[in-house]
Amino acid sequence: MRLGVGTLLRNLAPLVVGVALASILHFWIQPASGAFATKVLVDIGINVILAVSLTLVNGFTGQFSIGHAGFMCVGGYVAAAVTYYGSHRLYGDAFLHGGVLSWTAGQGGVAGPLLAGGDLLFVVACLLGGLAAAVAGYVVGLPSLRLRGDYLAIVTLGFGEIVRVLFQSTQPQLFLAGEIQSQSTWRLGTMLGGALGFTSVPFYSTLFWVYAFVALTLLATYRIKQSGYGRAFLSIREDEVAAEAMGVHTTRLKVRAFVLSSFFAGLAGALFAHSIGSINAGELGFQKSFDVIIMVVLGGMGSISGSTLAAIILTILPEVLRTATEHVNRYLPESYALPDLRMIIYSLALIVMMIVRPQGLFGLHEIWDFRKKARRHEGT
Amino acid sequence: MGSVFPGLRCAPPGAAIWRPLRGLGRGLGALAVCPSYVPVTKLVQTLLDGLAVGGLYALIALGYTMVYGILKFINFAHSDIFVLGAWISWVFAVRVLGVPDSAGATAPGWTGPLVFLVAMTACGTAGFLIERFAYKPLRNAPRLNVLITAIGVSLLLQNTGQLRVFFGPYPKSMPLLVPDVTLGYLAGVRVPLVDVIVLGTVVVLMLGLEGLIFRTKLGRGMRAVSFNTSLAALMGVNVSAVISFTFVLGSALAAAAGFLFVMKYPAGLKQPADTSWMMLGLKAFVAAVVGGIGNVRGAMLGGMLIGLLEFFGVAYFEPLYRDVYVFSLLILVLLFRPTGLLGRATVEKV
Repeated sequence: MRLGVGTLLRNLAPLVVGVALASILHFWIQPASGAFATKVLVDIGINVILAVSLTLVNGFTGQFSIGHAGFMCVGGYVAAAVTYYGSHRLYGDAFLHGGVLSWTAGQGGVAGPLLAGGDLLFVVACLLGGLAAAVAGYVVGLPSLRLRGDYLAIVTLGFGEIVRVLFQSTQPQLFLAGEIQSQSTWRLGTMLGGALGFTSVPFYSTLFWVYAFVALTLLATYRIKQSGYGRAFLSIREDEVAAEAMGVHTTRLKVRAFVLSSFFAGLAGALFAHSIGSINAGELGFQKSFDVIIMVVLGGMGSISGSTLAAIILTILPEVLRTATEHVNRYLPESYALPDLRMIIYSLALIVMMIVRPQGLFGLHEIWDFRKKARRHEGT
Repeated sequence: MGSVFPGLRCAPPGAAIWRPLRGLGRGLGALAVCPSYVPVTKLVQTLLDGLAVGGLYALIALGYTMVYGILKFINFAHSDIFVLGAWISWVFAVRVLGVPDSAGATAPGWTGPLVFLVAMTACGTAGFLIERFAYKPLRNAPRLNVLITAIGVSLLLQNTGQLRVFFGPYPKSMPLLVPDVTLGYLAGVRVPLVDVIVLGTVVVLMLGLEGLIFRTKLGRGMRAVSFNTSLAALMGVNVSAVISFTFVLGSALAAAAGFLFVMKYPAGLKQPADTSWMMLGLKAFVAAVVGGIGNVRGAMLGGMLIGLLEFFGVAYFEPLYRDVYVFSLLILVLLFRPTGLLGRATVEKV
């Protein structure tokens, strides 16, 4: 297949559309919607990246990883450290040095170039965070992916915990510009805040950047699903022995799926750190991994659009539930106050879903597949 | 059959087995009289703690390994049954029996065994219900679905337990149902009654389980189902009943571990969704894998190994990396001996 300019343009068209949508969100929706809605939108974007990346492993390849938050953590810390210390090295402080795309309305300073040096730093940090997570994914995946699914689940869970402990036992973070200048770069890499977490990360994750990366993630996973790789992944999921007999190198492909998935998880972690301005390994335990798993399972094990939809719904739902509970509790005496029912509803949904519709809402299909459903036979 | 060792010649047949044990006894006797020499004290203290906690891991690991042996999936909700056992002990002792949970209060001697039995019964029932309503509908579903259901059950138990109508979202402190008596000193290390009761109960339960599995008809049924479910069914084993019984048995053992855990660490009764519980359950699972999952004796061995590794790592290396040791051992075992120390490899037939 020749890669002409036309093919390239056609292949990148979805990304262009995605970036255009991200710009619309950034320049029109964000100023109009206010801080809270912006925060929810950013969370949705990050959760979409997490859910879609986990779909690569848990959905396509049929492996079961429950350490996704660990990879998110690796990416988040690396990216946060690169932006924070890099910013200090380059500009002498850790404020925003980006262009218009990195400023949210209301912070002022909207006038300026579209892109500036800080944006480049941020994008590089995100990619480095993703790469670091991918390396971690390789290290974890290589030994454990030779084994059967449940062992992988436990190893990934254990990995998430090891990552948490390692980050929590790092050196305290440096805040004084003078001290930072005098340290070597490698030394700075070990000063990640320990149990207090890494704070004062500049807020680069605007709607534009988050949704640009969402578009990249969606495009990449969709193309992978359509490619020969995607078919090989699915064959592993359907029957590992048969796939191997057909010449699919199962271990190698499983590791590749794992590395790809970790990369995007690291990216999500980087965006997360830059959206709340800090990252703390203590908050990214298996609870977070389970949240993402619930999204993937409910949306459909192997459906990109299903996972996306589930991520959107499950990010909005807690906010709705919280508001509703507060509203009801206003009329109830203190001792009868309704508790936070979110996790109870989620866990019941998981159990009922597995009994009633084990393949998730959409199964392997995408939302748009349902128009041609008549021609399809239902997969088992 | 002349032996060059005169000592062995006059020994009665079979006595050679006891020889090392007698040596061990002599060693322990020497420890008891030796003065509190700091390195020895530290060693004995670590050994004692490691064995007691290792025994608890082993009790939980047995539930994991029995369910895995029969249904071939990781029962993630098992560690929550352990938590349920600990909390039911508290509720029954404090709310039902009215034992004060303030520091220094004592309880009559019969409360301990009663609470122990109530916790085991309640958790056995819970295990039965969970199996009946969550796992039984999925008997022929892919294992991944059962695994996800197990995670769902685990989250449900944790978060329902946090509700105010059940255990509430705050940690509690367990009253001392076992009097805080010192039995003696071993190389300068205090041996409290609690440690002896914990270790003793663990040993008794394990011997009982061993007897149940290898000496009774039900145990033979369990082994048959674990070996080949459909063949066992053809031979007249009531597979459903055996699976239900396995869940009840595993849950009761987990409840026993929960009770013993809060006896040993009264301040360890954290709120039901606290991550420290999950860590304990996970380490118990690691113990099951290290010993060879599906193998009952392996679970016992693995539990002790993990307990000792953890406490020796904390005492002699970096205490911060407590969990790292355990998971590193898991990864090493999976790399070099994926079937575990006592497990047997199975080949997937097409």
